[in-house]
Amino acid sequence: MNKNTGMTLTEKILARASGKAAVSPGETVWVDVDVLLTHDVCGPPAIGIFKKEFGKNAAVWDREKLVIIPDHYIFTKDVYANRNIDILRDFASEQRLPYYYDVGTENYKGVCHVAMPELGFTRPGEVLFGTDSHTCTAGAFGQFATGIGNTDAAFIMGTGKLWVKVPETMKFIFEGEIPPWIMAKDLILQIIGDIGVDGATYRAMEFAGDGVMAMDMEGRMTLTNMVIEAGGKNGVVEPDQTTFDYLAGKTDKKYEPVFNSTDARYHSVRRYKSKDLQPMVAKPHSPDNKATVTEVRGTKLTRAYIGSCTGGKISDFEAAARIIKGNPLRLDTYVVPATTQVRQQLREVTFEGETLWDIFEQAGCHMGEASCAACLGGPSDTFGRLNHEEICISTTNRNFPGRMGSKKSQVYLASPYTVAASAVSGTIADPRDYLPVAVG
Amino acid sequence: MKPKPISGKAFVLGDDIDTDQIIPAQHLVYSLEDPEERRFYGRYALSGVPDVQSGLPLGGVPFTRPDAFESEFTIIVAGKNFGCGSSREHAPFALQQAGIQAVIAPGYARIFYRNAIDGGFVIPFECFEDLSGLVKTGDELEIDRELSLLHHKPGGKKYPLRPLGDVADIVEAGGIFEYARKHKMF
Ligand code: SF4
Repeated sequence: MNKNTGMTLTEKILARASGKAAVSPGETVWVDVDVLLTHDVCGPPAIGIFKKEFGKNAAVWDREKLVIIPDHYIFTKDVYANRNIDILRDFASEQRLPYYYDVGTENYKGVCHVAMPELGFTRPGEVLFGTDSHTCTAGAFGQFATGIGNTDAAFIMGTGKLWVKVPETMKFIFEGEIPPWIMAKDLILQIIGDIGVDGATYRAMEFAGDGVMAMDMEGRMTLTNMVIEAGGKNGVVEPDQTTFDYLAGKTDKKYEPVFNSTDARYHSVRRYKSKDLQPMVAKPHSPDNKATVTEVRGTKLTRAYIGSCTGGKISDFEAAARIIKGNPLRLDTYVVPATTQVRQQLREVTFEGETLWDIFEQAGCHMGEASCAACLGGPSDTFGRLNHEEICISTTNRNFPGRMGSKKSQVYLASPYTVAASAVSGTIADPRDYLPVAVG
Repeated sequence: MKPKPISGKAFVLGDDIDTDQIIPAQHLVYSLEDPEERRFYGRYALSGVPDVQSGLPLGGVPFTRPDAFESEFTIIVAGKNFGCGSSREHAPFALQQAGIQAVIAPGYARIFYRNAIDGGFVIPFECFEDLSGLVKTGDELEIDRELSLLHHKPGGKKYPLRPLGDVADIVEAGGIFEYARKHKMF
């Protein structure tokens, strides 16, 4: 691979996908799409538009490239929500789609952005569009991945193409080893707090430096997941051996990773010293309303929530379990694994000889099924939904008014460590006070 | 053909109006095609905006009256980063269902912007100064699309809007499908 063509990895992917030798930021290009992802909220309207525009019996452009993962409104009695799943099911069978993960079957996965890597659809160098704003999560693998609406998705279903404006790239470099009480969530909350909820609008956000490259894929996914909370178009981490090892055995498809040119040009470069990082929260009602845990320590809470595509991966639960084990909980605490695989792992992975599942259950956590659950509120019977004036500390990614249910509730976003420490303390607490080997 | 001006009453909102405020998640279940059901998107449009911020500067103005499916307002004037949050196309769709034709804000979240244009729902105009502090809810406005100007009738002043640029062709065509057909893409 020629590394010296003056392009960032995002630019290189878009150049290749549009059949050009080079592209530059601001240029509008039509790209060939490698993967289109949709789910139960946006899939049905996208299918409706696809049929209206291309004909009732039209076939999708490439059934190997369409992935449908219902995850949002799954365990509900809401008839409209269940009708959406029926629409997906009918479409999958009529189009004979190989990658549909139906509710109520062994195939069911749960939250799409965590299922996508498990299933090997997050291949470096490819272009992924999804009808969900957190599609950007897959950028952790060096894929160009971004969210789109139903109309755009329907357009891709019929043509396999979409226009996209090449974004400038903002680079965020973390130098030095990340302290053990700091999680990827603290890094991204710090960045969003620094640049604001529109600080990266229309741009790519790249995460780099030895602090980031030492992270496993799940940590990197937490970073790229939340670029949309800064308005970013896509997030990326340059692929490396960690990426390739993760994908080994998960996909048979050959992929061609791309890397930044050594002379790539960036919109801006920000450097952070990893050792200076603090446990962070985003206060209500915006992901950029940042504070250090020290500043808000002792704030009253009524509930803790651990789940979602940002904070419901197995490593998130491992972190939470380290703090919760052996400590009585002072908050109503909800545990929602992102996927069925994570749920299974909760029963297999142990900490100090006990499974994570047992640790949470014995502590009195409410254990949920794999899905988005209360991360976006959802129908009133949704597991963990904030139906009243709750004050919740959550590992999710959004705390806009009413995001997790009632407009009267308040949500603090934080890392799994901080959420677990707070669940044990009953008010916002510093994970350093609870970690078995607290240093510093 | 000259694009027609857009005129009507303003509904004014603050900064960072996200898609959960534009259409709360529990309402995303109605069909977008069924003519009876889709009207509910109009009814619940902007129902997630906290009361005190609904219809500035005073707040407490319902965007859609209880039991109505359409709003009396035609143009939204908002602060920065309008439409941030989720990728739900239901958001610009809900505004269109309620009768909104255009939004004026200093900037948009990119998925909302894209959806508004590619779906042909509402026209997202960018203004150069934040007008959400100048215009009051209920004020009569007129947007001259040809000159990219906003006429604020009570104040008698005109404010420039950013020309649509690259996406003007898609807006004029009425959406990405109409645009692609015009250009014989399929
Ligand atoms: S878990 Fe939350 S943020 Fe993630 S896809 Fe589901 S609703 Fe969206």
